[in-house]
Amino acid sequence: MASEVTHTAATFADHLPVLQILVPFIAAPLTVLIGSRALAWPIAFVSSAIAAVIAFALLMKTMGGEVISYHLGGWAPPLGIEYRVDAANAFVLLLVCAISTIVLPFARTSVAAEIPKRQHTLFYTAYLLCFAGLLGVAVTGDAFNVFVFLEISSLSTYVLIAQGSYRDKRALTAAFDYLMMGTIGATFFVIGIGLLYMATGTLNMADIADRIAEQGSNRTVRSAFAFIVVGIGLKVAIYPLHLWLPNSYTFAPSAVTAFLAATATKVAIYVLMRFVFSVFRPDFSFANNTLEFIIIPFAILAMFAASFIAIFQSDFKRMLAYSSIAQIGYILLGIGFLTQTGLTAGISHLFNHGITKAALFMGVGALVLRTGSSFYSRLEGAGRTMPWTSAAVVIGGLSLIGVPGTAGFISKWVLVQAALEKGWWPVALLIVASSLLAVIYVWRVIETLYLKPATGDAATATEAPASMLIPLWIMAAACIYFGFDTQITIGASQTAAQGLLAGAVGMAH
Amino acid sequence: MFEEFTWEFIVGHLNYWLFIVLMMTGLYIVVARSNLVKKLVGLNIFQVSVFMLYISMGKITGGTAPIFPTDMKVDPGVTYSNPLPHVLILTAIVVGIATTSLALALIVRIREEYNTIDEAGILEIESTICRAENQLHGEAMGGRA
Amino acid sequence: MDTGTAILLSILVPFAAVFGNLILRNNPNARDGMTLVAAVLTFLLVLRILANEGNGTSETYTLFSILPGIDIAFNVEPLGLMFAIIASGLWILTHLYGIGYMRGNDEKHHTRFFACFAFAISSVMGIAFSANMFTLFLFYEALTISTYPLVAHKGTPEAIKGARTYLGILIGTSIGLQLVAVVWTFTITGTLDFTRGGILEGHIAGPMVAVLLGLYAFGIGKAALMPFHRWLPAAMVAPTPVSALLHAVAVVKAGVFTMLKVGIYIFGIDFLASSGASVWLMWLAAFSIVAASVVAMTKDNLKARLAYSTISQLSYITLGMALATSMGALGGGMHIATHAMGKITLFMCAGSIYVATHKTEISQMTGLGRRMPITFAAFLIGALSIIGLPPFAGSWSKWLLVVGAADASQWVMIAVLMVSSLLNVAYLMPVVARGFFLPNPDPDAEAATRADEATRTVREANVLVWAPPAVTALGCVFLFFYASEIQTFLSPIVAAN
Repeated sequence: MASEVTHTAATFADHLPVLQILVPFIAAPLTVLIGSRALAWPIAFVSSAIAAVIAFALLMKTMGGEVISYHLGGWAPPLGIEYRVDAANAFVLLLVCAISTIVLPFARTSVAAEIPKRQHTLFYTAYLLCFAGLLGVAVTGDAFNVFVFLEISSLSTYVLIAQGSYRDKRALTAAFDYLMMGTIGATFFVIGIGLLYMATGTLNMADIADRIAEQGSNRTVRSAFAFIVVGIGLKVAIYPLHLWLPNSYTFAPSAVTAFLAATATKVAIYVLMRFVFSVFRPDFSFANNTLEFIIIPFAILAMFAASFIAIFQSDFKRMLAYSSIAQIGYILLGIGFLTQTGLTAGISHLFNHGITKAALFMGVGALVLRTGSSFYSRLEGAGRTMPWTSAAVVIGGLSLIGVPGTAGFISKWVLVQAALEKGWWPVALLIVASSLLAVIYVWRVIETLYLKPATGDAATATEAPASMLIPLWIMAAACIYFGFDTQITIGASQTAAQGLLAGAVGMAH
Repeated sequence: MFEEFTWEFIVGHLNYWLFIVLMMTGLYIVVARSNLVKKLVGLNIFQVSVFMLYISMGKITGGTAPIFPTDMKVDPGVTYSNPLPHVLILTAIVVGIATTSLALALIVRIREEYNTIDEAGILEIESTICRAENQLHGEAMGGRA
Repeated sequence: MDTGTAILLSILVPFAAVFGNLILRNNPNARDGMTLVAAVLTFLLVLRILANEGNGTSETYTLFSILPGIDIAFNVEPLGLMFAIIASGLWILTHLYGIGYMRGNDEKHHTRFFACFAFAISSVMGIAFSANMFTLFLFYEALTISTYPLVAHKGTPEAIKGARTYLGILIGTSIGLQLVAVVWTFTITGTLDFTRGGILEGHIAGPMVAVLLGLYAFGIGKAALMPFHRWLPAAMVAPTPVSALLHAVAVVKAGVFTMLKVGIYIFGIDFLASSGASVWLMWLAAFSIVAASVVAMTKDNLKARLAYSTISQLSYITLGMALATSMGALGGGMHIATHAMGKITLFMCAGSIYVATHKTEISQMTGLGRRMPITFAAFLIGALSIIGLPPFAGSWSKWLLVVGAADASQWVMIAVLMVSSLLNVAYLMPVVARGFFLPNPDPDAEAATRADEATRTVREANVLVWAPPAVTALGCVFLFFYASEIQTFLSPIVAAN
């Protein structure tokens, strides 16, 4: 049929959406097939860098509000699988790729120190699979495809976390717990998709959206929504579903934590947004009520409860893990506002918090490398022996608090603005109040690094190697840079928010 | 809302009842058993329930296997079952197998490190470690929260 | 050099000095010399701006835009220019004093100290020249963060505790209240530019005006309005040069400066007066003035007494804004200058005494005046200026505040100002009196001889420590005679649009 020809992508540039995933996806088995320990890291790095370039190109294309619809294998949706790139997921893609490309050089040193040599090749294979899976989740427009990619990334995540067992055996149980909960979450998600398929007879997200709009809300659609929100919620670590997170982040290898904290939960949040806004549409009142009466209260609870727990930790890494749960609360809160400004805040915080946490977890990784531990008592006085690492940690910490001039401030500003626009006074006050809790837990670290007399390992520690410092400082510099230049972050977030609020514009082309 | 629960409704949704029973059985095992392998079995039952849901979803009353005759002369009077859910669940089964094998591998490693695959025992060992760490490092609370 | 470049440089030069300090950390003389050059350069740059703009308001120089409607932008207006002149001018003196103090006192971590100091000055310049509330907020927070290491400088448990209080209250109020106020202002008006006559009129009405003003007033924790004043005494654990410049001039003045800016350029004096939103603030400021003075009398530690005196004096300025009259605002503005001059003198004297004798309690200072005449003379002049006696600078700003209160028909406020002057006498003069006149109050004869012996051997510490307070003391006299110039200089801020 002649009309099908038009669906077939013609130029190289048209194939970008699929190349985005294919590059790391092919690189992953390649590392195993080549089997060379020396080549594993270069392959991972190069493929990640190529993916970053592609992601950047995609974002530039979609920044203006254009939507790219790529038909896998030339099969037109809704029957074929559609990859759909708009400003929102191009932004997420770029975040994932950029973080990965910057974390990898760091990982090389960190992994060499934390994981035995024989595992290195397979480590990078798992890493690449996880990376490809995350990209796939973000890029695909097919509901079942989301599940498949989600499981690819999750399974490799469990493996990556378990690699921490060479430092602390609790990584194994952390990975196992996460596997149990993650699988239950993914299965819930797949039940939700099944129910949606029953109700609509299609798996293409845009198509599902159209059909739900036609038939309105019914019991099947509502229960599908519930299953999907809970399933994805587990991956997001929405407050009461966060139990897997602290141990996983604490015991995973430093590089893995830095990568996952900055990307995995963020991608999951994106999926949540995609389903809530593009599939179920904002006018689906059930979704609205869920957001307003379930997600928002839990988000606020997370902001306080998790921050509060973070204050009392004696382990830097675990403290950051709890702070992540709290910060996810901010993002969900922004989404829950269901307004243009709120969504902009949520999406930009997704990015800003991503880079902030990447910087901080890399900082922890560098400290762990030199002092052998992330407990505060072992890090006392490291500010003098490891000035560059510590300074970067301070910058990351300030961004976590949301001090003006850092990336964290920008999204917090927009978030407060969104709350005030809605006239939600108390919420605005709660947002700033919970930032004050962040001041406390960040300041404990700063006092530990600078004001305590150097004892033990930190006193004799030397500055981290350049291979760690450079990625760390790129992230720290990004925390400052995006505190001033908001063109990319806020610009893309606004376009993305517009796109999401308008709902999927039906089937593209 | 209960008037629709007629006998026919209940029998007509037999596959869903099965699905629900299996799913709950699986979840219950995951939560209630402390042996890690048994937990995993529970997880598998839980996943299988979803396979059931999908497979039964594809069945159309009076439908036959969705195989076209070789000469491609499709009789418009024949109803075919929907093959798509079956295909989907093939993927899900593969994912399930991968999950199971990974979990088993983890259990092996846990057995090596902890000398037990009983959750209670593992928790006890971990809380001992946590207590030791807290004594060493903690000025406040901490450990496995 | 055009004004825009000069503004930018006046922020960047101290900022560059931060890195200069870090680079030259192994060569103390070069490092301190470099900072001195930077300080002089900054001062000259500010004078250049003064020569360019006089007391006019310059155009706005936008550096770049952060969000739509929110820019990093600078401009010059009389109040900010005055603040910049004071801060940069006193930086030179304080730096010299700081060198003498740090070396004379064998303090540690000189590089960190001077680097953070320079960073703080850079932030102050940013605050002084901010053209909108966002820019101001940015530098306001930078000032908090950069002064934290100075407060925690000694690293002792009590220094860390004091620094925690310092940071906790300042960050707590600024993020918890001020940020909300700023975002709220932006949400209802769509702009944050400092505009003559205010930007809020017509966008907000009724009791909400008072609520917003409250968010600002308490949110500007650096103004030390009660009950958010605890950080100031807590910050006195810092080395004295820090207390002198930062807690008599830069930090606290940044607070009241922000307060005046908000009152004059965000709310607008007329809007404040017509809405009556600031009446409660006026009473609170009056309470702060009296209460802090009373507390000051109970303190034996000289720096703590001065700290409470500062809290009291800062509320004069808040009061000037809250009176919502032109004279009140002018008086508040002028009090920034006169109090800065007086209080820095007092603090530097306290440091001078500490370096020479290591004494911190007033009761131990008996008879020291005769051994350290210059220090104590400077202290006397500073004290008289704070009290508000002619011919010292403080008298004029107090006079303007009284006139402002009369304009607003707030007779109680006039009474408060008078009572406060009396209280000032009561807590400042004993220090001088003890130093000069009390010979030997110690009842224990043997101990008395020893104390006397110790006192007799005391002499003025090195010249870098006693000369700066002498200079600022002279400044107090000088300002008295040029008060009308300052008043004329500031008058545009309250002129009708």
